[in-house]
Amino acid sequence: MIEERFDAIVVGAGMAGNAAALTMAKHGMKVLQLERGEYSGSKNVQGAILYADMLQKLVPDFRDHAPLERHLVEQRFWIMDDRSHVGLHYRSEDFNEELPNRYTVIRAQFDKWLSSKVREAGATVLCETTVTELVENGFGKIIGVRTDRRDGEIGADVVVLAEGVNGLLGTRAKLRERPKPNKVALAVKEMHFLPRETIEARFNLRGDEGVVIEAAGTISRGMTGMGFVYANKECISLGIGCLVADFQRTAEAPYRLLDRFKRHPSLAPLIDGSEVKEYSAHLIPEGGYKEIPRLYGDGWVVVGDAAQLNNAIHREGSNLAMTSGRIAAEAICQLKSRGVPMTAKYLALYKKTLDRSFVIKDLKKYKDMPRLMHTNSQNFFLTYPQLVSKAMQNYVRVDGTPKAEKEKLTMRSFVNARSWTGLLGDAFRIARAWR
Amino acid sequence: MNAESSVRVEEKLFYNRYLVDVGHPHIKVRAHMKPSPQLLALLKACPARCYELNDKGQVEVTVDGCMECGTCRIIGEPSGDIEWSYPRGGYGVLFKFG
Ligand SMILES: Cc1cc2nc3c(=O)[nH]c(=O)nc-3n(C[C@H](O)[C@H](O)[C@H](O)COP(=O)(O)OP(=O)(O)OC[C@H]3O[C@@H](n4cnc5c(N)ncnc54)[C@H](O)[C@@H]3O)c2cc1C
Ligand code: SF4
Repeated sequence: MIEERFDAIVVGAGMAGNAAALTMAKHGMKVLQLERGEYSGSKNVQGAILYADMLQKLVPDFRDHAPLERHLVEQRFWIMDDRSHVGLHYRSEDFNEELPNRYTVIRAQFDKWLSSKVREAGATVLCETTVTELVENGFGKIIGVRTDRRDGEIGADVVVLAEGVNGLLGTRAKLRERPKPNKVALAVKEMHFLPRETIEARFNLRGDEGVVIEAAGTISRGMTGMGFVYANKECISLGIGCLVADFQRTAEAPYRLLDRFKRHPSLAPLIDGSEVKEYSAHLIPEGGYKEIPRLYGDGWVVVGDAAQLNNAIHREGSNLAMTSGRIAAEAICQLKSRGVPMTAKYLALYKKTLDRSFVIKDLKKYKDMPRLMHTNSQNFFLTYPQLVSKAMQNYVRVDGTPKAEKEKLTMRSFVNARSWTGLLGDAFRIARAWR
Repeated sequence: MNAESSVRVEEKLFYNRYLVDVGHPHIKVRAHMKPSPQLLALLKACPARCYELNDKGQVEVTVDGCMECGTCRIIGEPSGDIEWSYPRGGYGVLFKFG
């Protein structure tokens, strides 16, 4: 029996769900949002870089009240072996602009704030409520949900599935498959607190300037993975993620990997003396374009991580989540105002619009990257980082060996490790997948 | 697994806040005599070390420190080795920072 009806039910109050609920509520729709956590954000984990452009489309004046940490002026990429790193640092005064482009945020706090905007816009937000099942009308149309809170069903014209990477409901309702171990990464992360001045001195920052480090190499022990270090105002967020299939294959314990990363001589001084206040773990979709499931059907759409909309190459996810949530919501509002039913035929508008956005265009561009990285993880995450480190050491160490001989040695170490065909093949494969 | 690493992850979990739903574990391991390769993988892959071997050599789960990441579901659900749900609303891990 349907007790109560809404124009739309949004499952989940993460980035995608909040974007969708906010957009629909602003258009005057009767929206119910259900979140299993104590509050929006209490189950969510992110690095976290926030991309201003996508948030601005939802909350134009967000800079005046959102809990932002630091605006990013510097990006560091590190290729690491066990004792060294080779780095590429990009820092620009251009990023000290009036409306900065990227910020670090603390997800639990950020989500709580965005959720307050959703409520202000008029949506009903019910936390501490796990949706246990989607309700179907017997003809394949989703007409509502069941929760663990109350008996009976809650009905809606359309259900927006913003349930995150695990996507339990969609899998149970056979709308899409469970993510496979080689298409999702497990990331573990810690929050390290230090006095503000210490962080600014160690990272060479003034005021609210921020920096992020992204690192790959032997830290992932030959698995497909990456480490990250993000500077917040009074804490440093650091972690490491690798494919679940690789954890399964290697039997490396995630927390040991994290500990090794923290103890790396390039990293340890940055967090020396810090107080750890949280340890968290979360999955990240890594399959890219080829893993995107069906995005809509009769009475439902799926947005954000649940739809595997994550650009692993650029470490972008929250912006794809916000954008897909907003686009789906705008499509729904349009159908509602046209007075047409929320069926697959009409909800196709969501996918059509999404296909034209950066979300699908970027994922399409890198469609071959995930496979390339996963099938060559030993080379890309172990062999090459070691070779690069050796080459750099050979280059900078002054020991009386003639330079020409040094170059020959470096070249030989690459060819010995990967052979000419291997090297050229790797270069070719990367160029093609990047194109 | 040596003693050193087991101490470490438990210490980590002390930083976190949990509201444990006593008597309603959200993950169950199917009864077995000999653990499957998937179940054995969970001993290492779970970031909270929720899975352990009992003295009969079977894999058991204690969900108190679970961070609800879903890794064990991805590995162990397809073979039917485990049953995985979210905790009831409001229960489980409560991230302050995330
Ligand atoms: C370690 C890490 C670092 C990252 N770094 C970045 C970064 O720097 N920049 C970036 O852009 N992206 C980053 N990402 C990716 C980004 O976090 C995700 O893409 C984004 O959070 C996806 O948003 P979402 O709303 O789809 O899912 P989520 O944010 O996961 O939200 C899903 C919500 O649904 C709720 N929910 C799920 N099932 C139910 C149910 N049955 N009933 C009720 N509620 C339910 C959950 O509690 C949760 O609140 C990172 C991810 C990780 C794990
Ligand atoms: S969900 Fe994650 S933390 Fe919880 S038991 Fe499974 S693997 Fe461990």
